[in-house]
Amino acid sequence: MLKIADTTFRSRLFLGTGKFGSTAILKEVIEASESEMITVALRRVDLSNPKDDIMSVIDQDRCIFLPNTSGARNSNEAIRLARLAKAVSGSRWLKLEVTPDPRTLLPDPAETLIATKKLVEEGFIVLPYINADPILALRLQDVGAAAVMPLGSPIGTNQGILTAFQIGIIIEQASVPVVIDAGIGAPSHAAQAMEMGADAVLVNTAVASSKNPVAMAGAFAQAVRAGRTAYEAGLGGKSNQARPSSPKNGAITEDLSFLQRR
Amino acid sequence: MKALPEFSSIQEQIQYCSEADVYRALNSPNPGLSGLAALLSSAAEHFLPAMAARSRELTLQRFGRTTQLYAPLYLSNFCTNQCVYCGFSAANRIERRVLSLDEAEAEAAILKERGFSHVLLVAGEADAVLGVAYLEDLARRLRSQFAAVSIEVQPLAEEGYRRLFHAGITGVAVYQETYDRKLYGPLHPSGRKKDFDYRLDTPRRAGAAGMREIGIGALLGLSDWRAEGLALGYHLDFLRRSFWQTAFTVSFPRLRPAAGTFAPLTEVSEKNLSQLIFALRIFDPDVGLIISTREEAAFRDGMLGLGPTRYSAGSCTAPGGYTHPELEGEQFSVGDHRSLSEMAAVIKDKGLDPVYKDWDTTFQH
Repeated sequence: MLKIADTTFRSRLFLGTGKFGSTAILKEVIEASESEMITVALRRVDLSNPKDDIMSVIDQDRCIFLPNTSGARNSNEAIRLARLAKAVSGSRWLKLEVTPDPRTLLPDPAETLIATKKLVEEGFIVLPYINADPILALRLQDVGAAAVMPLGSPIGTNQGILTAFQIGIIIEQASVPVVIDAGIGAPSHAAQAMEMGADAVLVNTAVASSKNPVAMAGAFAQAVRAGRTAYEAGLGGKSNQARPSSPKNGAITEDLSFLQRR
Repeated sequence: MKALPEFSSIQEQIQYCSEADVYRALNSPNPGLSGLAALLSSAAEHFLPAMAARSRELTLQRFGRTTQLYAPLYLSNFCTNQCVYCGFSAANRIERRVLSLDEAEAEAAILKERGFSHVLLVAGEADAVLGVAYLEDLARRLRSQFAAVSIEVQPLAEEGYRRLFHAGITGVAVYQETYDRKLYGPLHPSGRKKDFDYRLDTPRRAGAAGMREIGIGALLGLSDWRAEGLALGYHLDFLRRSFWQTAFTVSFPRLRPAAGTFAPLTEVSEKNLSQLIFALRIFDPDVGLIISTREEAAFRDGMLGLGPTRYSAGSCTAPGGYTHPELEGEQFSVGDHRSLSEMAAVIKDKGLDPVYKDWDTTFQH
């Protein structure tokens, strides 16, 4: 089972809550997705109203409410948002997003590292959203990030895992869970991420923009399960050339006749 | 170190591997520990020439057409341990000697004159005779003359490693000898080395102190070499996850039967040793793999470019032996007596570039 900061999760599908037509649909989507980690942009929450719609649809007995700092352009703004989120929700969980460029919404690595360090020191469970940069992932792990969330492709693009090579390195090296965030546009992308060994995926646009978000949430749940099962079962290796079933014929080999029997 | 499985379960993991597992590991970009188990298994023996080819390909890709060269410098054969297989064991009646700092510097000067830029300081384990202060002083003397100075001495506390790093030591080698805990006890009946877990934890302490390079190894000929190989993989995996800024090496000292010395408990052939080397290379394309002069010239030459990345050459394993070649009291007998220049010529013949210098202690403060 997936474990982040001493909390275990049966589902490896995390869900974003933006772009849905109504909270009623969102509630159904959350159920169909079976997700236990729901992220909400703090800037969308009505802080003065504790019974805000979006808060009311998340069953906090079953799901972790994961506020995010969407909209923050630097570490100071992100830290301020994080503190507010904790004050409102009482939750230490935080998805850290620092996106200075409003056009691409790509995360700022330097500011993200600064904010992560500070927020971890303040007792937050920080899940930073990052570009697929393996060294940054390790730096964040070193300062106490509970997981890292590299992007598959820019947010909202539905392009899939364009950063597969870099994500492969992150998965290989990281000792904290790796959650693929952003760019996952189809259940097959989610399955691919899981087959690669990602610990979880976060999906939002692909579900919200579907004609039938509830059905699509279910499809993602299945894809994530299938991908994880395939990863655990172990995929057969790929080869650039046709390989006969008998490995002795035609395989590339070295002459080892120098080896002595001693 | 957490998460090192029991030796028996490591053995089982290897025993259950099939040819299909080997095939998959050979073709996987990231075979992992389960792939390493397959590559070490007896099922993999049919695949040895293909494993060698894959190992060569990865070595070329990550290290280029190069082979690094270094020499050991033995400082002392005093030892408080009684490792039953070792020439320096406290139980052996040999002439004990520790070099003065001047004598050690004279030995180093000979190695430098021969062309070495990387020297490995080696000593038996005797804190009272040779401790951190001695190594610190020697490192300060040598750091301006050598590109890299590393140590293979008794396990130290983290603070000791930190002091040595500041004095100019860049690498630490410490071999577990055997990861077979049950066998470890009787083989190391006395001295500090008795403590399996303290020794196992030593590379972690060196890493925490900021060392640039850490070497681990298993002495082949004590327990099941296949399982030692997988245990090395577990250890390496743990260290890589803990210290991502550190480089790692693995050594494969192999006990050879010889008159009047400890008879190996298990036989490890050249074929076995080559399988171990290919398997570790395929498991970890970036790890430095070291072959010492314990091995015969024909084996060393044949393995050039196939996986190993670093060779010692012209080694003498008795303290003071470079200045006084007639001295006895060596740790083990050497299988390849060729000089550095002879070894470099062979390396060049194979189309590889002999590398003497890979770092410089003047880069760090």
